Amino acid sequence: MKNGQPVNAGRRSFVKGAAASAGSLVVGFHVPFLKNADAQTPSSASTAIPEINAWVVVKPDDTVVVRIARSEMGQGTLTGLAQLVAEELECDWAKVTTEYPTPGQNLARSRAWGDFGTGGSRGIRQSQDYVRKGGAIARTMLVQAAADEWKVPATECTVAKSVISHAASKRQTTFGKVSAAAAKLTPPKDIALKDPKNWTLIGKRVARLDTVEKTTGKQIYGMDLKLPGMLNAAIKACPVFGGKLKGFDDSATMKVAGIKKIVRVGDDAVAVVADTWWHAKKGLDALKIEWDEGANAKASSAAYAEVVKAGLTAKDAAVGNKNGDALAAIAASAKTVEAVYSYPHQNHACMETMNATAVWTAEKCEVWTPTQNGEGALAATSEAAGLPNSKCEVYKLHLGGGFGRRGAVHDWVRQVVLIAKQMPGTPIKLIWSREEDMVQGKYHPLTHCKMVAGLDEKGEITGLHMRISGQSILASLRPEAIRNGMDPVVFQGLNDGGGEAMIGYGFANLLIDHAMRNPHVPPGFWRGVNLNQNAIYLECFIDEIAAATKQDPLALRRKLMTKYPKHQAVLEAVAKHVGWDKPAPAGVFRGLAQTHGFGSYVAACAEVSVSKEGALKVHRIVAATDCGYAVNPQQIEAQVEGSFVYGLGAALYQECTVKDGRIVETNFHDYPSLKLADMPKVETLIVASGGFWGGVGEPTIAVAAPAVLNAIFAATGKRIRDLPLKNHSLKA
Amino acid sequence: MAKLNVNGTVRDFQADSDTPLLWVLREQLGLTGTKYGCGIAQCGSCTVHIDGAPVRSCVRPASSVKPTEKIVTIEGLSKDGSHPIQKAWVALDVPQCGFCQSGMIMAATALVKAKPNPTDKDIDEAMTNICRCGTYNRVRAGIKMAVQEMANAKAGKGAGKATKKVANALGIEHTEGQLSRGEA
Ligand code: FES
Ligand code: FES
Repeated sequence: MKNGQPVNAGRRSFVKGAAASAGSLVVGFHVPFLKNADAQTPSSASTAIPEINAWVVVKPDDTVVVRIARSEMGQGTLTGLAQLVAEELECDWAKVTTEYPTPGQNLARSRAWGDFGTGGSRGIRQSQDYVRKGGAIARTMLVQAAADEWKVPATECTVAKSVISHAASKRQTTFGKVSAAAAKLTPPKDIALKDPKNWTLIGKRVARLDTVEKTTGKQIYGMDLKLPGMLNAAIKACPVFGGKLKGFDDSATMKVAGIKKIVRVGDDAVAVVADTWWHAKKGLDALKIEWDEGANAKASSAAYAEVVKAGLTAKDAAVGNKNGDALAAIAASAKTVEAVYSYPHQNHACMETMNATAVWTAEKCEVWTPTQNGEGALAATSEAAGLPNSKCEVYKLHLGGGFGRRGAVHDWVRQVVLIAKQMPGTPIKLIWSREEDMVQGKYHPLTHCKMVAGLDEKGEITGLHMRISGQSILASLRPEAIRNGMDPVVFQGLNDGGGEAMIGYGFANLLIDHAMRNPHVPPGFWRGVNLNQNAIYLECFIDEIAAATKQDPLALRRKLMTKYPKHQAVLEAVAKHVGWDKPAPAGVFRGLAQTHGFGSYVAACAEVSVSKEGALKVHRIVAATDCGYAVNPQQIEAQVEGSFVYGLGAALYQECTVKDGRIVETNFHDYPSLKLADMPKVETLIVASGGFWGGVGEPTIAVAAPAVLNAIFAATGKRIRDLPLKNHSLKA
Repeated sequence: MAKLNVNGTVRDFQADSDTPLLWVLREQLGLTGTKYGCGIAQCGSCTVHIDGAPVRSCVRPASSVKPTEKIVTIEGLSKDGSHPIQKAWVALDVPQCGFCQSGMIMAATALVKAKPNPTDKDIDEAMTNICRCGTYNRVRAGIKMAVQEMANAKAGKGAGKATKKVANALGIEHTEGQLSRGEA
């Protein structure tokens, strides 16, 4: 079978596990190439090795290929998922490699690999059960094959590190020697998974499987792909969202070297195709484009802020969490504390800009792209190609960052297919410039929030009202999920119970509601999603109440957390480690925050100082995570460290503003990122309490900003309620 | 045909006078390890060495580089990934998505060459590359590990000692071969 063709042409689910034909998808994370591709074609896997099941291929030399359906975008999922399979498989970890099945293969095999979607910190937690079963089933079949050969009961055989032994007869064999026979066996129906206390690989700090290539420049990202005869495209879509392409004057463009074609892409974009991307970009820059900017041509951040502000006091709002009668309690209270917060639009700014390569013919359309959701990319391909799924295929590449941008909407895939369709048979690689990436994002939703607490004479909270006003992601991306005007995801981290994103405080009277106000700026799932702003609103306001009632922020939280032991446990772990009961070093001030999101409990304490001139220095962060089971602690630490970079960069510097209907910020000069010199020390505490599986890629981002904002208040008495911080002066 | 000296070889290329070195490397010389991140000298993804100094190749016209100037890209940094910085990166699992890491490594290798014993402040000043995944603390630790390794090597102490020590302290378990490159 040729590279880039399905692993298994037969239609069957992995649990049937009948003998399969060749698994020729290449090993490791090389790129599956077109037929007859050039010298970049990687050494292929052996051409006729039957899989044990959808998850596991064992080669005669004992190499174990674990198939990974979710995408690797830096978060370490690839290694973690391989650990889960290998734990049950009982194979030698040193011999494990991985490969991505394609979305087309998944469809052809009744979704043998389940969901490809990699977002919401779901990679591990929502596939752990079936991938571990996949490993266990494969192990059972391998052992059975050895037992059959030896004519002994399988129950008398033991297995460790890819070696199967029968003690009584002193016989031994390896996975590689029995894998062909194992592949012919009927998989067991019922399979027991190991008791977590017997895990030997899950929970280990093993090094990532994908590091080495990333240190030598050998890792091929989507942007690096090269196909024979390939041309390159640069694109510009109407900078005013909702606007259309009217026309263009290409006289200057045609003078640029290497230009092959200028094409309309849908009704709102134009692309220049050239021999190299540099020429395509140069040609695009020279193109005189006329836009029909449409109804949003005058839209601005300032005007939208007024609309959202009005939502803070609007009568109509969808209720997300309610108990007792908060409004009555507040009305009857001795004293109230009130504050209004806001959170801006932000771009994901993946280090690798959006890109994809496509070849279209009337018979088939193939796409190579970094995506968080291979099946979503396949659907986008099929729609744009005008061909059924069965005539399309998507080959995933490692992502140069995802952060939610490369999952829910595959606008760049649609574009590349529409371009390729106008040049049948020619591979087209489309790369977005950073400028295009910045102004054609799917932005962090913009919201404001009004917090009101009622207090009695003693300063005890009698009621809390949290009114969120602003943008709904689901209204834009999944309108069918809106229930009676309510976007349930808006209330991330504020829910009354549930294992996903639950509020960690008890209030006698509580009302959390949302007035939906959607601007024309398209929103997206931005790493951490709505947990980000909700944690800022709630955690900063809890501190405001503490200050207003002269209580220690930790002491107040403890009072409110009695019914939320897991929330409290991570907060206590942080307080203990940072030494909350002892003073911070001279000139250094602390702030706390905690939340629950993506199934995990997280908390942080930030230590900051602010100079007289107003310069902020974040010295140290102590962060705790309870993700239930910790699959790879060193990867969790990396995610926690990275979450502070992403979260603090957002809090300190990042905001996308709108003027004349379009995004103003166009590159890293006006949309800065956190840099190494800004980076605090991060001490990560993994407080894995077991019994559940929580995500780790996102939740910690949400505590970064409130912990720092609370520490800034402790340092300066200034309460920053609108982000980013760069818009404020901290000068004494 | 114009010429560039890249990774020890003189290579021909043809480009307009304004074509940045980055795109000549990527699109004409097939060296895609050097990345495009911003195109305006803000992110450092495109960092290469020219005569040992770090240069952001996205804003440097290829035509302005003399054939006598020696360009080194990530592909030419070492034959087998065995530069102490590369090895430290592997030992500490520095990369996440990895997209910024060629540039990070080129900036870090230039730094330790210029300053064999860099202070934290030196590291802050030299390492202005953007990493959206947030690998900065491991980048700093990796530089310190590599510096130690190079000092040990100079003093005739065993190679790999510092690397293994720090990796062990962090408890990162490596499989066969992950750390051994370049020792053969
Ligand atoms: S691509 Fe050159 S600095 Fe960003
Ligand atoms: S590792 Fe992803 S941008 Fe640095």
